[in-house]
Amino acid sequence: MSSPFSINGGACVAMVGKDCVAIACDLRLGLQALTVSNNFPKIFQYGDNVFLGLTGLATDVATVSDLFRYKVNMYRLREERQIAPRTFSNLVSSSLYERRFGPWFVSPVVAGLDPKTGQPFICGFDSIGCIDFAKDFIVSGTATEQLFGMCESLWEPDLGPDQLFETISQSLLNAVDRDALSGWGAHVYIIEKDKVTKRLLKGRQD
Amino acid sequence: MDTLVARYSRPTYTQNELFTAQEQEEFAAGSTPNLSLKFAMPPVAQPSAWLRAATDDRSNPHCPIKIAHGTTTLAFRFQGGIIVATDSRATAGNWIASQTVKKVIEINSDLLGTMAGGAADCQYWLAWLGMQCRLHELRHKRRISVAAASKILANLVYQYKGKGLSMGTMCAGVTKEEGPALYYIDSDGTRLAGNLFCVGSGQTFAYGVLDAEYRYDLTVEEALELGSRSILAATHRDAYSGGFINLYHVKESGWEKHGFTDTNPVFWKTKLEKGEFSNVTSDFSEEV
Repeated sequence: MSSPFSINGGACVAMVGKDCVAIACDLRLGLQALTVSNNFPKIFQYGDNVFLGLTGLATDVATVSDLFRYKVNMYRLREERQIAPRTFSNLVSSSLYERRFGPWFVSPVVAGLDPKTGQPFICGFDSIGCIDFAKDFIVSGTATEQLFGMCESLWEPDLGPDQLFETISQSLLNAVDRDALSGWGAHVYIIEKDKVTKRLLKGRQD
Repeated sequence: MDTLVARYSRPTYTQNELFTAQEQEEFAAGSTPNLSLKFAMPPVAQPSAWLRAATDDRSNPHCPIKIAHGTTTLAFRFQGGIIVATDSRATAGNWIASQTVKKVIEINSDLLGTMAGGAADCQYWLAWLGMQCRLHELRHKRRISVAAASKILANLVYQYKGKGLSMGTMCAGVTKEEGPALYYIDSDGTRLAGNLFCVGSGQTFAYGVLDAEYRYDLTVEEALELGSRSILAATHRDAYSGGFINLYHVKESGWEKHGFTDTNPVFWKTKLEKGEFSNVTSDFSEEV
């Protein structure tokens, strides 16, 4: 109950489709039982096709997202090119491990398309940087059990962008409806080769 | 505890021993009588301390038994009787165990009880209270007063004080002698008469709306709307309240149910038609 990972609440999920990926998060920020805000997005963009979802302690979500903005900007200046999702994941991993003995209380999720091949890429991390590569979906936050259940039953390979949107939206919405600490609306990003669509979902407000 | 239970449920001459041989045989055969007050206690030196360690998820988040908690319930007296309203969510830790709990307990055709705290404790003891009220009716040939009914419950929970019962309940009823009567009873043994009570994790949010708009001379329609609006506010801000709004109106002729309504359509209607809850975004147009 007083674990730093479940003080503020929140949920995030990423999914692979056919030549596309999707990432979605809820919008709640709470202080244990009290819902303080219902407009606290947990997905951040670090390039044309690179997205990071961060759940966990809200102060660390804010700090870590800013830290990566700094690091990715420095990368772009030095390399004179955009960062690729796989490179970004390694950056996330090594940055988290720098805090091995006093970790950021976050569970990151990366979703994107490889800039060269256009291949979908998703992965998740624990709070000290162990990468979890997945071919199907990644979940994080206070509703992980519920999200795993929804994803295991709804996800299938090679979903097109529209079907993928439907699948990830239903998975997230129905998962957070069984979690007291997340919900209150959601953001969904559908990432295609040369198009990113962001949608705001109308979720239950209780 | 053992002596207490024994004293309560058996004639005085056998007070010193736990159960007679015959009763023990009955237990072994599995023929436990209904609504028995002979509770099996954990076989340890201090049952209440053991129970607290095993079930209190506030002091021990990893406790093996998680009891359903988290609630908003309210009841208030007004010119036309009493309004009783509750949410319907049950949580075990952060897990939403149910969204369709009936937290208004119909003790009999004219008495209502509400449920906050341990779901089982409330359900069991309010059912038991219904039985005591019926026995009172049969013995005295008239309906029990709300004051007497609430005191039966208050005395009962006081007997179990410190043993880990968890309940915050309100008893509402209208009788000829008392008019509309409302009592708050909790497992500490508190029993209070009053015009307006909110109980549960969402009580503060409900009080906020209720106190602002409450008057004794509310019309029935206004009062029902206020009860429902107060619960809605609580379900929005309190993570452990939600689901459906359960509404009751208690009159002298008995109670009347006014629906078990999903909060979701009610919330969006309140927001879009009355312009309330402006903190919630309602612009769902696509962004790129």
